Amino acid sequence: MSFSELALQPFIEFAFMRRALIGLLALALGCGPVGVFLVLRRMSLMGDALAHAILPGAAIGYLAAGLSVGAMGIGGFAAGLIVALIAGLVARATDLREDASLAATFLISLALGVMIVTLRGSAVDLMHVLFGSVLAVDDEALLLVASISSITLAALAVFYRPLVVECFDPGFLKAMGVNGGLYHIGFLMLVVLNLVAGFQALGTLMALGLLLLPPAAATFWADEIWALAALSVAFAAVAGLIGLLISYHINVPSGPTIVLTAGAFYIASVLFGRRGSIADRLLIRAHRAA
Amino acid sequence: MFVSRRTLLAVVLATVLAPHPVDAQTPVKVVASFSILTDMVKNVGGEHVEVTSLVGPDGDAHVYQPTPADARAIATAQVLIVNGFGFEGWMDRLVKVAAFKGVRVVATQGVTSHTMTEIEGGKKTKVTDPHAWQDLQRGMVYVRNVVEGLAKADPARASLYRANGDAYLAKLRELDAWIVTELSAVPKEKRQVITSHDAFAYFGRRYGVSFKAPVGFSTESEPSAKDVAALITQIQRQKIRAIFIENMSDPRLLQQLASEGGAAVGGTLYADALSAPDGPAATYIDMFRHNVRQLVPAMRQN
Repeated sequence: MSFSELALQPFIEFAFMRRALIGLLALALGCGPVGVFLVLRRMSLMGDALAHAILPGAAIGYLAAGLSVGAMGIGGFAAGLIVALIAGLVARATDLREDASLAATFLISLALGVMIVTLRGSAVDLMHVLFGSVLAVDDEALLLVASISSITLAALAVFYRPLVVECFDPGFLKAMGVNGGLYHIGFLMLVVLNLVAGFQALGTLMALGLLLLPPAAATFWADEIWALAALSVAFAAVAGLIGLLISYHINVPSGPTIVLTAGAFYIASVLFGRRGSIADRLLIRAHRAA
Repeated sequence: MFVSRRTLLAVVLATVLAPHPVDAQTPVKVVASFSILTDMVKNVGGEHVEVTSLVGPDGDAHVYQPTPADARAIATAQVLIVNGFGFEGWMDRLVKVAAFKGVRVVATQGVTSHTMTEIEGGKKTKVTDPHAWQDLQRGMVYVRNVVEGLAKADPARASLYRANGDAYLAKLRELDAWIVTELSAVPKEKRQVITSHDAFAYFGRRYGVSFKAPVGFSTESEPSAKDVAALITQIQRQKIRAIFIENMSDPRLLQQLASEGGAAVGGTLYADALSAPDGPAATYIDMFRHNVRQLVPAMRQN
């Protein structure tokens, strides 16, 4: 099989493959940098929690407007943001830690979502309807993902410095008289936006997989935040491309294949990465012994 | 003494909700797993049965989540009717918890199943296709099983159920003949249809229509890029215009398929569930009428 048959022909022949690829690339652009900040802020598990938190909003959107990406997206965004804000407020105003506060809030939200879905009376599995599939990306979903990526990149360009500083030295921002909480909230909005984009267009597993696996892999290769972000985008995009092609050629479900490809990057990085990996540590020990 | 929680629950439910013996006045309480069976029970039992459907109209029995009310309904029921063939994977646990003591009817008893090789994500597995009601001849076996089940639970009215059943079977036989006439009017090579999940194999074999779907028997599975590509190629090569969604599934993938293949989604077929009472497929008979009326003009455009 020639290279063009292997890698080009599927995209030339089928529009759904092109759409899937473009959707994945757009998602990678937004998710890469956001994921890096999530990892650096030790908030990796927050994505998972927020994924559940957006359910009631998306369900209300579906009930109000039917199967409309816009309505479900706005609903999901609102629900995710409310959960993140309430969790953050409780953590700041009380003695409860942010992770516990977030877990509590997202559980309430998830239960509310299940309740709304069930009360509707029909047994159509709303979870299926609420979350898309990478092979069924339509124009509306593509537009949503692309806009959210653009908003994310523009916002990060503006808030990059303070976000970086707040990651490593929140005290410094305070000393400069800047309210770090505002940036925190702004960042949370970006996280929720990207998650909503991923869920609607590509499905839950895919959104979280592309948000967290590439940055986690990137930390084994780079130090600078910009380099981490660029590497994450590259990992996510390449994983999307390779995963799609594997799914096309050897006939396996697309979503899990793409996430597993990103997972393979992560495992390779854990084993052989340039800094802090298992190989790296063994090498250091060998040096010390010598 | 150690008593598991499930046993305890079963015992409590059984004592509180034990079925009452049938007498001449009270209707027989019947629980059916999904709307198509419910409709058959209504036709056979008439006003002498009180039937509850666990999965309602437009519901998806593949992924149904039972509620405590369902366990209660089963515990008090005298007859429980299920499809079988692995269709209601959630049923066995529910029956156990509810400590059901009445007559259990498996509607597909005596029906020959199609075991088909399902190719999903490159893996070939043999699966029993549960959608046997889509073939009216098999559906008639369903009805006979329902009749026998009701007669067993309520022997006093057995002859009545048999008479109702015979009248209903006559209607189904007539419907079956009508479908054969309608479909044989379409040239054989044009009888090709694409649907959102593989629910029409029995219908297809009985009435000579070829059905294809991007996902397998169950609505739960996820398609691969290769499957989707193969379907698009087929739509384009054979100029298939008969593309349908089902009432209980996600239409987005099929819409993409259709638009890329240069076709449009034709309408809704009813596969695993009836419509709401005011809808186009409120009964088993209406479901077939509706589906055939949708299929025939669409297939002519192929």
